Amino acid sequence: MKSLKNHISLIIALFTVLFSVQIYVAVDRTISAYENRLKNDYSIIVVSNKALAVTEFKAMDSIIERSEPIATDQVLNRLQGEMTKKNLDLLKLTLPKFYRVYLSRFPTPEEIQKLQKKLEKNPVIERVEGYAQTHDTVYKLMLLFKDVVQIFSIAIAAVTSLLILKEMRLWQFQHAERMSIMALFGAPVWLRSAVLFRLAIVDAIIATIVLCLAFFVIEQYGWMDLLLRTVGISIQLFDFLNDALRSLIIALGVSIILTLTIVIGSEEEE
Amino acid sequence: MDKVIIAENLSLSYKEFETIISKASFSIDAGTFVFITGASGSGKSTLLKSLYGAIEPRAGALMVGGVKMNRISTSKLNFLRRHIGIVFQDYKLIKEWTIEKNVMLPLIISGYTKDISGTQVQKLLGHVKLIHQAGKYPPELSGGEQQRVAMARALAHNPILILADEPTGNLDEYSSEVIWNLLEGANTQLKTTIVVVTHHIPSSIKVPYKHYHIEMGNIHEVS
Ligand SMILES: Nc1ncnc2c1ncn2[C@@H]1O[C@H](COP(=O)(O)OP(=O)(O)O)[C@@H](O)[C@H]1O
Ligand SMILES: [Mg+2]
Repeated sequence: MKSLKNHISLIIALFTVLFSVQIYVAVDRTISAYENRLKNDYSIIVVSNKALAVTEFKAMDSIIERSEPIATDQVLNRLQGEMTKKNLDLLKLTLPKFYRVYLSRFPTPEEIQKLQKKLEKNPVIERVEGYAQTHDTVYKLMLLFKDVVQIFSIAIAAVTSLLILKEMRLWQFQHAERMSIMALFGAPVWLRSAVLFRLAIVDAIIATIVLCLAFFVIEQYGWMDLLLRTVGISIQLFDFLNDALRSLIIALGVSIILTLTIVIGSEEEE
Repeated sequence: MDKVIIAENLSLSYKEFETIISKASFSIDAGTFVFITGASGSGKSTLLKSLYGAIEPRAGALMVGGVKMNRISTSKLNFLRRHIGIVFQDYKLIKEWTIEKNVMLPLIISGYTKDISGTQVQKLLGHVKLIHQAGKYPPELSGGEQQRVAMARALAHNPILILADEPTGNLDEYSSEVIWNLLEGANTQLKTTIVVVTHHIPSSIKVPYKHYHIEMGNIHEVS
């Protein structure tokens, strides 16, 4: 019972680590979902003097996913009344071909510029419009967001490390006496520290369960989902299988490393 | 007769150019009751520490229970300690464990089942007259009671050797009597070798004993 307080502080520390990791994962997930959405909306326009097949486009750069010819029929149809059929056919032949090119992922501005230069070098291609300008602002905003989140999680990790370090010293102090007495009666190291490992493992499991509960509540409440849906994104904030498993592994890793530090630190005896 | 302890030119110290015990040679037969006396600060506890491997010989040779103590490996030392029972001046009980579990410690370490150790602990708590305190924690007991718990713990695993450092140093008369009776009993009935460090040999001791005295770093046999 006396040690319940120490348990709670370790559980809170572990929970904080897990929570910040999960937030980072969720933000990453949000950003890639957003990137995906942007990717689907985003395309570049290529004007060429020769018909180009999808495979030809894909061969030009690996980032190119597919291409669609932009129909010129509409324009030509309007001219139908004013031109002879023969002239119209001639025009159709000489008119450049327009393509909308979609990419496999959301590119950086540099990638767009590089791609644009690369395509323009091709003698068949007359013009490339990358819309780098409009694309730029959105992307920069997103990168800023990512950076902010990263700095935020690093700050949380730093504070938590201090918390855990403090906890570790307390543990070392509390358990050193018992461990040295056990040593005097010939208990091998693993037996002396078995209690510590058991405590550490239990605390890690509890912290993971608390994390699952926290995200369960958040998802039940649904305001995060609502917020994300307003920007047209639907992601899983917390995957109750994979994320829970990863959290458990992190929690166990952290607490076992902590315990090992104590065990190695208390080797000397009287 | 088997020798439980053999010291040859044994020197002990904490720092390199200091000597607490210098070139001591003695041997103790199995089943002997030994008293070691000496003034405060003469090195009694230091000698005892060397016997359970808390400090290594600075020079000379030391064998305990057939195990060479010079540069002993951790696993060998653990093995030896599982056959020794120690009683400390400051009891060294585990505060967060019940009295019952404290007495059980050597049995837990040796891997006995709950059944066997449970019966053994009940018997020992009876010997030290503490059955009614079994569920309590050490800080709830008086000094004399705590030392009786430590005594029961030292006997729990039927050790071949019991080392006691001023076990009744500042205890009440009743607790002292219980402890001396148990040490004598273990010696006569179980043939356990007993080494007791004390500044005063109680007159009530009935078993035959050997007496060593430490003075100026030298150990000599008195009787
Ligand atoms: N851990 C230690 N480190 C350094 N010196 C010590 C230590 N323990 C005891 N000593 C010194 O060793 C000498 C003998 O101490 P000790 O064996 O405890 O004496 P006794 O038990 O006979 O009273 C003393 O001078 C004491 O100061
Ligand atoms: Mg002493």
